[in-house]
Amino acid sequence: MKQSLLWIEENIPLARDVFRMRLTGDVSGVERPGQFVNLRLEGRFLRRPISVFDRAEDGITLIYKAVGEGTRQLARMTEGEALDALTGLGNGYDLSRAGDSPLLLGGGVGVPPLYWLAKELRGAGKPVCAVLGFGSREDVFAEEEFRALGCDTRVTTVDGSYGRKGFVTDAMPESCSYFYTCGPEPMLRAVWAKTVSEGEFSLEERMGCGFGACMGCTVRTKSGPKRICKDGPVLRKEEILWEE
Amino acid sequence: MGGVTREKEAPRPADADRLRVNLCGTELDNPVIPASGTFGFGLEFAEIYDINILGTFSFKGTTREPRFGNPTPRIAECPAGMINAVGLQNPGVGQVIREELPRLKQVFHKPVMANVSGFSLEEYAETCALLDREPQVGWLEVNISCPNVHGGGMSFGTDPKQAAAVTRAVKAVTRKPVILKLSPNVTDIAEMALACEEAGADGISLINTLQGMRIDLKTRKPVLANLMGGVSGPCVFPVALRMVWQVCRAVRIPVIGMGGISSAEDVLEMMMAGATAVEVGAANLRDPLACRRIIEDLPAAMDRYGIRNIRELGGH
Ligand SMILES: Cc1cc2nc3c(=O)[nH]c(=O)nc-3n(C[C@H](O)[C@H](O)[C@H](O)COP(=O)(O)OP(=O)(O)OC[C@H]3O[C@@H](n4cnc5c(N)ncnc54)[C@H](O)[C@@H]3O)c2cc1C
Ligand SMILES: Cc1cc2nc3c(=O)[nH]c(=O)nc-3n(C[C@H](O)[C@H](O)[C@H](O)COP(=O)(O)O)c2cc1C
Ligand code: FES
Repeated sequence: MKQSLLWIEENIPLARDVFRMRLTGDVSGVERPGQFVNLRLEGRFLRRPISVFDRAEDGITLIYKAVGEGTRQLARMTEGEALDALTGLGNGYDLSRAGDSPLLLGGGVGVPPLYWLAKELRGAGKPVCAVLGFGSREDVFAEEEFRALGCDTRVTTVDGSYGRKGFVTDAMPESCSYFYTCGPEPMLRAVWAKTVSEGEFSLEERMGCGFGACMGCTVRTKSGPKRICKDGPVLRKEEILWEE
Repeated sequence: MGGVTREKEAPRPADADRLRVNLCGTELDNPVIPASGTFGFGLEFAEIYDINILGTFSFKGTTREPRFGNPTPRIAECPAGMINAVGLQNPGVGQVIREELPRLKQVFHKPVMANVSGFSLEEYAETCALLDREPQVGWLEVNISCPNVHGGGMSFGTDPKQAAAVTRAVKAVTRKPVILKLSPNVTDIAEMALACEEAGADGISLINTLQGMRIDLKTRKPVLANLMGGVSGPCVFPVALRMVWQVCRAVRIPVIGMGGISSAEDVLEMMMAGATAVEVGAANLRDPLACRRIIEDLPAAMDRYGIRNIRELGGH
């Protein structure tokens, strides 16, 4: 973990309620795809966790959805303003397990952490299939970016207004060497039930600290209690115990 | 700014000496102590600063058996604070002694405060007896905000007789200073503190969290899976300060004040209410460098209010 002051270079709307924010500054703490940053906001006591969409030498890109007070406040911030960020949080995805035909399954604002991962996997010369699921046409983002990396990119919308109608699980290939997924819990449960290969899931929990100190985010797993912020957010398929 | 008046003043004590306080017979370099449950066993913070600058810290509430705690969501936000329903997740005293304390020793070289919870008198006594043998444990901080499983679920911390019984049970198994940590969810906090003092407590710390809850407007359901939790953070500061004031006027033993502290000024205010030292909780979660910043800011804040030595403030 590192605490850094990051400068907003760009904060623009991408899709319905979805924004892209470019931040520059010391991002040396950001090590792996699947990690997140925890942003301090004026007037909000708890920080807001957001995944790293992409990382460059001098900065990172985030994609976030304005869903509540904190993220709406983030959306109102402008170029030149600074954000106090804890960076390099979480374990991140394990790239060594990708195999020769990795599959990425992202739903809504679960898509962002998969982009940097796709970039790394493509950089390692692997063919990557990315299935991106959204509610409706207005919600779609990042499709072009995945295509530009040369991924076999498939888009689904629940209402069928764009791409294929249905859920990501309706558009995924029959087989893959390994999968990586992030998205809303109902989607993750469907992925868990419908995938045959091994893979890993990025999960969300409400957080007190984001760096392992408060036990606010602990879930039961087959390998014992795990803090989503520190031992996660990425868990392997075989460790996950869905509650209820 | 005449040099003449300056020469007349007594020499200003070194910053290091100005911050020193004595907590139940042990010197602390400064009165700043991260509060239990917000600092784990120190490791996460040792990654980003040298935690040896702290007075000491109180480690995660430890029970005899391992505890998973409550289901998630365990955390909710509120204006100027937070609500937690972690439910005392900890690996149990055995693993704390076997794994956490040896790791802690690598990064922290001062006596540490052991925070203990229990659900029966025997459990408190057994856990404290085990921690009593650990050389690095300098103080036992006994959290009595837990329900007594033999007492119809009533919290030890809301009944002066039960609080006294816990104090006696723990005092009987240790020679280390025993600090009773009080729950604020009572009508007469001074009565609770007095009961602990009379039963032999060496110190009092307060406040633990205040009971509270939030409801999610979208789902119309409570945010926390446990429905209710404990409120902490800046929003509780005035309540905490009032209770520390009342307790300091009721007992003679040292009092550690906490609840909402997030700045050097808050530390001074809490000590003016009579606290000997302070604990800092939720602020560590929002800002992992909070305690370092507070310690660094203290000398200048003291200068602003004409305080030469911090121990000249209210404490014993
Ligand atoms: C590891 C991780 C990575 C994430 N990555 C992204 C991302 O890349 N893009 C994106 O749009 N969103 C992401 N989220 C979700 C994002 O953190 C929440 O949408 C955001 O915290 C909501 O804050 P708010 O103030 O707008 O909402 P409010 O509902 O007003 O927030 C109230 C409290 O609940 C917490 N909270 C609310 N929803 C969530 C949630 N889904 N997960 C965790 N805490 C929540 C808030 O942090 C805050 O403490 C991620 C969450 C986690 C845990
Ligand atoms: C996430 C969290 C976990 C806590 N766990 C414990 C605990 O295990 N034992 C304990 O005595 N107090 C615990 N507390 C209470 C704090 O130590 C402290 O008494 C309280 O939060 C008030 O201080 P603050 O406002 O500075 O946070 C916890 C508080 C928080 C926020
Ligand atoms: S949010 Fe504090 S331990 Fe995960």
